Amino acid sequence: MSAGSVPSGYEVSDPGFPTKEENYLTNSKGILSWMFTLDHKRIGMMYLVGVSVAFLVAGLLALGIRLHLLAPDGWLFNQSIFQWLAPEKAPNDIYNQVFTLHGAIMVFLFIIPSVPAALGNFLVPVMLGAKDVAFPRLNLSSFYLWVAGAVFFVMALLASGLDTGWTFYTPYSTTTDSSVILATTGAFILGFSSIFTGLNFIVTINTMRPPGMTWFRMPLFLWATYATSIIQVLATPVLGITLLLLIAERTMHIGIFDPEYNGDPVTFQHFFWFYSHPAVYIMILPAFGIISELISVHSHKRIFGYRFIAYSSIAIALLGFLVWGHHMFTAGMSQMTTIIFSALTFTVSVPSAIKVFNWLATMWKGSISLTTPMMYAISFIFLFTIGGLTGLHLGTLATDQHLHDTYFVVAHFHYVMVGGTLVAFLGGVFHWWPKMVGVMYSELGGRISAVLVFLGFNLTFLPQFVLGSRGMPRRYATYDPEFQSLHAMSTYGALLLGVGLFFALGVLIHSLLRGKRAPANPWGGATLEWNCTSPPPFYNFDRAPVVGDPYEFGDIVWDSVQERYVKIEPKREVVPETPAEQPAHAGGKDE
Amino acid sequence: MSAHENSPEGYDFAHPLPLPLLFGVFLILVLLTIITVAQASFDLGSFDVLIVMAIATIKGLLVAAFFMHLAFDKPFNILCFVSSFVFVGLFIMFTLFDNRATNQDDIPVMDDAVVTAPAETTSAAMTTAGT
Amino acid sequence: MATTDAGHTSDVHVHEGHDSHDHDHPSYLAHHFDTPEQQFDSGKLGMWLFLVTEILFFSGMFCAYAIFRAWRPEVFEGCSQFLNTKLGAINTGVLLFSSFTMAWAVRCAQLEEHKKLASLLATTLCCAMVFLGVKAIEYSHKWHLGLLPAGLFTYDPANPHPEGGPNYLAYICAPFAVATIGVVIWLVVAFIRDAKFQVAVAKPLVFVCLSFFGGVGLGMILESGETPEHHGSDHVAAVHGDAEHGEHSGAEHGDAEHGDAEHGDAEHGDAEHSDTEDSEAEHGEGQQGDATDPEAADVAEVESTDPQPVVLQDPGSMMRDESDDLVVLERLASDATNTGLQDELSARRAQSQLSEGAITYDRTDDSSATIASTDDNVLRPSRAGVFFSIYYCMTGVHAIHILAGVGVLIWLLVRAIRQDFNRNYFGPVDYVGLYWHLVDLIWIYLFPLMYLIR
Ligand SMILES: [Cu+2]
Repeated sequence: MSAGSVPSGYEVSDPGFPTKEENYLTNSKGILSWMFTLDHKRIGMMYLVGVSVAFLVAGLLALGIRLHLLAPDGWLFNQSIFQWLAPEKAPNDIYNQVFTLHGAIMVFLFIIPSVPAALGNFLVPVMLGAKDVAFPRLNLSSFYLWVAGAVFFVMALLASGLDTGWTFYTPYSTTTDSSVILATTGAFILGFSSIFTGLNFIVTINTMRPPGMTWFRMPLFLWATYATSIIQVLATPVLGITLLLLIAERTMHIGIFDPEYNGDPVTFQHFFWFYSHPAVYIMILPAFGIISELISVHSHKRIFGYRFIAYSSIAIALLGFLVWGHHMFTAGMSQMTTIIFSALTFTVSVPSAIKVFNWLATMWKGSISLTTPMMYAISFIFLFTIGGLTGLHLGTLATDQHLHDTYFVVAHFHYVMVGGTLVAFLGGVFHWWPKMVGVMYSELGGRISAVLVFLGFNLTFLPQFVLGSRGMPRRYATYDPEFQSLHAMSTYGALLLGVGLFFALGVLIHSLLRGKRAPANPWGGATLEWNCTSPPPFYNFDRAPVVGDPYEFGDIVWDSVQERYVKIEPKREVVPETPAEQPAHAGGKDE
Repeated sequence: MSAHENSPEGYDFAHPLPLPLLFGVFLILVLLTIITVAQASFDLGSFDVLIVMAIATIKGLLVAAFFMHLAFDKPFNILCFVSSFVFVGLFIMFTLFDNRATNQDDIPVMDDAVVTAPAETTSAAMTTAGT
Repeated sequence: MATTDAGHTSDVHVHEGHDSHDHDHPSYLAHHFDTPEQQFDSGKLGMWLFLVTEILFFSGMFCAYAIFRAWRPEVFEGCSQFLNTKLGAINTGVLLFSSFTMAWAVRCAQLEEHKKLASLLATTLCCAMVFLGVKAIEYSHKWHLGLLPAGLFTYDPANPHPEGGPNYLAYICAPFAVATIGVVIWLVVAFIRDAKFQVAVAKPLVFVCLSFFGGVGLGMILESGETPEHHGSDHVAAVHGDAEHGEHSGAEHGDAEHGDAEHGDAEHGDAEHSDTEDSEAEHGEGQQGDATDPEAADVAEVESTDPQPVVLQDPGSMMRDESDDLVVLERLASDATNTGLQDELSARRAQSQLSEGAITYDRTDDSSATIASTDDNVLRPSRAGVFFSIYYCMTGVHAIHILAGVGVLIWLLVRAIRQDFNRNYFGPVDYVGLYWHLVDLIWIYLFPLMYLIR
């Protein structure tokens, strides 16, 4: 291989384009080969398709909410078509069900599995240099549990809907006529899906690291995934038992949460948020991991403060278990507890801020290429910072009294979940798309989608901060006419956001049809996944990768002849492999 | 940890525990069960729960250490197991703390008839009315 | 520590040649692992993480338990008396023994003692079934009495043995009977066909199925505590003893019938005493035969939180401090602002009037009445009912785990008979063992928390 900018004395070590046509997508054919596959890459792709469908459904529901709020007395669900579709339901009931299902589907079916299960499944073993995750069958069953959970949600939707809000708060959830049991069963099953994914990743990262892959040579995405998995394993079972007790409450009236029998609804909230606050970090931590990769690769600069970012992921995962009470400041907790939870809540902002500063420091004086993934990453930093900082208003006891259950909360968590997780997810998809499917997308199209998403998102949710601080309560189907202009802005923003998202989808689909073949390393990344061909072969690496520094870009050069990045290494004799090759073990072997 | 004897295949990671050890642990567990049942017939006041839980914890430790081989296991597995109890502790402590604080009035105290009995009954009335 | 920048010098070539993964892999080693030890370590860590999720899963119920016990200790103390300590203790022993045989089985798998391994797994299975059999007795008995979760709670101290009602025990036993018959038929067919492997599997399974009924029988014996003939007469004696000397109250306190018995309501006293009470009484004799008056007095003090109608009629009884309470109560209620106490007092008066006649347990009144009635009687859905909710949730989820354990143990048994395990591949036995020990561990906590409250 002759290369334009390879210095003399160096040789190219890069798989280049695949020599044979066989890769994980083509090595076996037919729908059954997908349905019963144990290959983590295929499972990841199935997840990707699944969560995208869930996102589409929940996104359309969100558009429904916004369109209804176009007028003070409601617009969309007042249209005659809805009377014809659901004659027995008042527009406000439809509104309640739509926002509930929007939340429940987004949280349980999309955001929680989005990055870990879709991108994580594809990337974790490849980044690690392993052949597969530790338990491939468990991995597949996790996907089918996700499908089963989705089926239950669809059944709930078709039966009599769900109008409790995604939080299933008692006592309303024990008395409403809507299909709470179907939906909670769905969420229960999805919890197991999530647990299996997390368990698999922890074991994979602990026991499947090849020789040379020490803890501190792992890409930060793996650290983030590891931290996420810890939360999934520790927190999700509590959601499971909570939902099980809720089902028992509805069927047998066990009286633990039901005030009718001297139960305590606030206890339900404790149980629920013990899972659901850490779950917020299940949603955002993997996004942090993606951003760490994206910023470093597209700035072509070593990540700043590797260990701080790695440890802060773990710190967030653990601290996240101590702050759940901030969701209940106005729910009738004791004053002492609210003070403790408020104080603890502020501690979580420290590791989050560490990450943001490290990303900025990484970009500082880097040679930034403003590619599509990088544009998403930069919007992430911007939006997440707003989302994170507004969280402080809500963690403060005094201001929370005013802001609780207003649009301020809605805007805050959408800035974190959409501006954070969704944008990072899109950035990650655009970043690894060439690796996953082996084609390049239109760079211009990708950038336009990033701009549209950024503008649409801000237009949707910035007005909601104003609405909330002026007292507009959340979850209302109608509102005071004085709020109409802000609500209308928000609705138009949602439409623009929708256009941006469909545009992104179009760019990706277009690439499948017309895209150029992707080289092994389109961005100049140094992590292991860029060492295999695009798309990867069935066993991930045709030639065993060399585990090196994941953020050392010095030996990755732009080959101007072939127009792609190649990795160079000094010409040298092949080092004979040591015969006593032992797998790396958990912990302690970082030397 | 028990010594590695190398099998012909080159790896031998099975560490069978000696039978007398297993049986001894079993006997101690049965003995502790008998003790815990027997102590239930003595009124030890508020220490009661503590004693019962202490015995249960000793039993649990025995099961974990020997039956579950935790005493001879990798440190990381021990860490997993212990950390699960740490998080259970966090969960129960916070929730119980808040619950106790908000239901302060409902703690029936039976020592002092003159002062506490009304307090107790009032609170009972309040709880029932409140819910 | 190897920092990221230390990178280059220690670059290591990862396992060369993935495509040559097949030829040196034994059949039990999955393709993506390099050594059996790596496979074992992965499985073991995975199992430990699963156990972590199990512990946190149960923690929700332990938390609910802690909340409600801290809130209403007297309810837990009273209702715990409905649980038969003997059955709980026997089940604890059975589970401990099964844990022991399971740990032994792991040892046998490691040492490649195939025969022993199979029989130890079968023994563990038998213990699991005995446990379930005893549980079936406990559950069916309580269902019959109406000791159910709050929403279904129908226990009536005046009429604890309602006529009719389904035969719960038969319903529980039916699926096990079907399974037993199925396994026996399978054994016979396999025997006739001379399918050696199937016979080897079915034979222990027959014993496993039968041990469920062994457990049911054991439970029945322990639950009744004596032969059926003596049942009634002993019982009356117990009631009388209670009414006259207060000696046995230790075994029965916390129940409303206590007051009943003091009314001298002979038929009631007779009818209301359930098997549970019997065995409790018997248990009292066995374990605390020296229950003396001081203890009884103590019990009475505990009961003072349960205002009983009898107190108003008979203030000179042993529940004197109760009447003291009442005096204080009346004094406080004279304050016009203290409406809560006035309500309470009028409710008590109404109740005492009611109790002049036959005491009827009105459930409908009760459920509306977490607000209306201020009666602090324990035997109400919102008190005892919640206790039994927690009891059923905890023991029920535990029993489901036992059932799941039975499933995986049968799978192990089949594989053990097939001689799948060896010194490099005993992981499944070890993992299932861990799971089984955890189930045992949870019971170790459940037993004192549920059965041994006093
Ligand atoms: Cu939170």
